[in-house]
Amino acid sequence: MAASILPLALDNVFYASNGQPIISGVSLAIEAGPSTIILGANGAGKSVLMRLMHGLLAPTAGSVRWNEQDPASLRRRQAMVFQRPVMLRRSALANVLYALQLANVPTGERETQALAALDEVGLRHLAQRPARVLSGGEQQRLALARAWALHPEVLFLDEPTANLDPAAVREIETVIKAFDAAGTKIVMATHNLGQARRLGDEVIYLQAGRVMERALIEQFFASPATADAAAFMKGELPWV
Amino acid sequence: MGAIGEGLRRVFELDTELWRIVLLSLEVSLSAVLLAVLLGLPLGALLAVKRFPGRRGVIVVLNALMGLPPVVVGLLVYLLLSRAGPLGELGLLFTPGAMIVAQTILIVPIIAALARQALDDAWREYEEQLRSLGAEGVQAALTLLWDARFSLITAVLAGLGRAAAEVGAVMIVGGNIDGVTRVMTTAIALETSKGDLPLALGLGCVLIAIVLLLNSAAQLIKDAAQRRFG
Repeated sequence: MAASILPLALDNVFYASNGQPIISGVSLAIEAGPSTIILGANGAGKSVLMRLMHGLLAPTAGSVRWNEQDPASLRRRQAMVFQRPVMLRRSALANVLYALQLANVPTGERETQALAALDEVGLRHLAQRPARVLSGGEQQRLALARAWALHPEVLFLDEPTANLDPAAVREIETVIKAFDAAGTKIVMATHNLGQARRLGDEVIYLQAGRVMERALIEQFFASPATADAAAFMKGELPWV
Repeated sequence: MGAIGEGLRRVFELDTELWRIVLLSLEVSLSAVLLAVLLGLPLGALLAVKRFPGRRGVIVVLNALMGLPPVVVGLLVYLLLSRAGPLGELGLLFTPGAMIVAQTILIVPIIAALARQALDDAWREYEEQLRSLGAEGVQAALTLLWDARFSLITAVLAGLGRAAAEVGAVMIVGGNIDGVTRVMTTAIALETSKGDLPLALGLGCVLIAIVLLLNSAAQLIKDAAQRRFG
């Protein structure tokens, strides 16, 4: 494999939908290493920012540049797990195989890789179960396995535990930590402060489509530099 | 009710002749559905997945074509296939082949337009995930078709219903020739115009029963599949 696709550089990125500005002048460098948490209230633009990074949306103005020019290679080397996992109407195993097929993994190697990924998230025993009848937590773990099977260099997670019960949240967080330990760069959007602390190394605090603050996690929680971030934490803390 | 009973009794007295009519009806309509599925489903899927200039216009036209009058389709196919027409050399006019062509043209828009609608909804759900995994264009359309296969049954059934029920197109291009191109609907029209209402009613009951049977089977398949795959 060639050099890393990171760093990712966003240069004065704007995004508007139907004339409504959602992201306004974001410039960021995302580097390999620390897990990055994109923190902010609902509507701050976290999801849109991640989609701009992942390439699902094109910026209205400004540029999003990876350290890799070939779009196909870029696509294969990053993955995203969405808030609500979308499972294909086939078995859990077949869902992972599908992702491997799209990534042009040779036929003979797909099954081994897919089963390994299911093992990783603890779903091997449900491999033959239709994916859509799995529970919400299991589906999200399957989405993680599907992303993991590709061994992405960067994994985007958009509020991956937003609709899950505490036990499922713990399972998902364990899996994310394992991916992090294996060297995958984690970029996760959340509004859950406890989760940000448990999984993150650094925080990008977003408000109304602007980056208000970027800091190491301990520093951010101990003394947020902006009044906005402090107010956000005050408002959020009761639910942690 | 007396007339229906009388009609049904006479229908079953026809035996061999009746079965030939029923079988030809099924052969023509099911062949047309098969061809229309092969053409219409990919068309509907591409319209759901691809964004291109003029897409909305194509969708409006396709929706409008769902209401194509069978006699007009029959007339167009008649002109194409008649001895002096551009495809006259094929010698298809007044054969079951011509009837299959006409019915296919009639129901491709129905299957494509209804499939497009069902797949549009599915695409809204799948788009980001599939694009994130790297599936675009034809690949995404095929994935969508396979994943929404059970909701497409409705579109196919609508096409089948139209094909089995229409009389105008098959009458014009088939000619309702006894033993060659006579199908259920043209037979009913003929018996009605001859004044043999009981026989016409009896044939009508058989036609409805067949359509009901096919629909029930499709519904059972759909329900079972949905329970299995969620």
